[in-house]
Amino acid sequence: MAAPTQEAVEEKVIDAIADLGPERSEITRDASFESLDIDSLDLVEMNQVVDEEFGVQIKGEDAQKLKTVGDAIDFIVARAE
Amino acid sequence: MSRRVVITGVGVVSPLGVGARLLYDRWSAGETSYANGLAPCSDFDPTEYMSTKEVRRSDRFLQLAVGACHEALEHAGWNGERPYDSERVGCVVGTGIGGMETLEGQHDVLRDKGPERVSPLAVPLMMANAGTAGLAMRHGLQGPTQTSVSACAAGTDAIGAAMRLVRSGDADAVVAGGAEAALTPLSRAAFTAMEALTDSGVSRPFDARRDGFVMGEGAGILVLEEAEAAEARGATILGEVLGYGASADAHHITAPSPEGRGAALAIERALADAGVGPEEIDYVNAHGTSTQLNDRAETEALKAALGEERAKAIPTSSIKSAIGHLLGAAGGVEAAVTVLALNDGKAPPTLGYEEVDEGLDLDYVPDGPRDIGNGGRLVALSNSFGFGGHNGVLCLAVG
Repeated sequence: MAAPTQEAVEEKVIDAIADLGPERSEITRDASFESLDIDSLDLVEMNQVVDEEFGVQIKGEDAQKLKTVGDAIDFIVARAE
Repeated sequence: MSRRVVITGVGVVSPLGVGARLLYDRWSAGETSYANGLAPCSDFDPTEYMSTKEVRRSDRFLQLAVGACHEALEHAGWNGERPYDSERVGCVVGTGIGGMETLEGQHDVLRDKGPERVSPLAVPLMMANAGTAGLAMRHGLQGPTQTSVSACAAGTDAIGAAMRLVRSGDADAVVAGGAEAALTPLSRAAFTAMEALTDSGVSRPFDARRDGFVMGEGAGILVLEEAEAAEARGATILGEVLGYGASADAHHITAPSPEGRGAALAIERALADAGVGPEEIDYVNAHGTSTQLNDRAETEALKAALGEERAKAIPTSSIKSAIGHLLGAAGGVEAAVTVLALNDGKAPPTLGYEEVDEGLDLDYVPDGPRDIGNGGRLVALSNSFGFGGHNGVLCLAVG
């Protein structure tokens, strides 16, 4: 597993979201999942990538609280530590 | 007077290319599209119709349906705006198997990476109704939706069900047809194991040398509308669905009843539903799979339902000689090209038919395309029969 530095997590999360359809230029820390058309199914797919990479699972209520790309990055970094 | 149901658009993605007219023209010109016993839609690119996200969120069988539906709606003149209230437009897409690529791919993930890596998209992509659901969502069709899953009769059963939704008044228009994308390792192995696929690699319906079908993929979609509404909006009427007949062999899980009794019953019911007699049929688009059993049983069924003399006089051909067997998509594609053939006044050929088999003595049109009819209304049957003993027959008319 990769070291869960802020930079490493950010890169992986943005890559994972880009694979789901949104334009890479739109995927910023402040971008909301709603504005990126990322729904709950997409978040499960993103979580599978993140889990494989950093061993962090985002499930149920935790996933529902994540509104922006930045929320997801911060959650993963915090959990990985 | 019951509501009449007309066809205002047809769309096809087939192994011979993207486009219904393209397929009809190439088939009529004697072109075939298969190699090594398989007929993939190599020219089809889903990104021409769908965003990256939409492609990710659809199995190939839905992607093929989207391509065919795009053409059918354009053909019907529905470009962008629907001529009917969304709630009055239905959708019925048949398939034999559904999202086979997704199912097999996700099984690989389960085996290789474990259950926690199986995609959350697996279910909505592989479910057999994903074709219907995908088209309804894409085009905002909020009328009645159904999915027929009757193996190789699925496309025909879908159009029959759609016709009845319009005829009964449950919908004013229905987008209907079939889609299949099952050229996967598992389904190839499975069809091979039951000895349904050709060893020689040649699709030769009704020929004495026939030895199984060539497995293909594709989609065929029709736009059906209530006749008066279609005329009122100034639509170009391509043809009419006069009738539909269905039956079950109740005989064997794969083999047709030897004398074709179940198929004959479906043909008789389609004629009765259409209100036409055998003497009015100008062309039969046969199921004609190139298997020993189907082609013999279908020949027997046509003789039983139409009368031996009349059956022998009607040009009867199989497009599976050009593109192989598209399974659940076959009925959709075949209804589309049958409508085009009637518009052209021609019976297209059974390609490669040379050696007569004893008892298979209909006019299989090896010399086609051939002119049909006397200048008046043209009427055709389009047959589809599926494993499990499902029989579906459409009676289509032009003019």
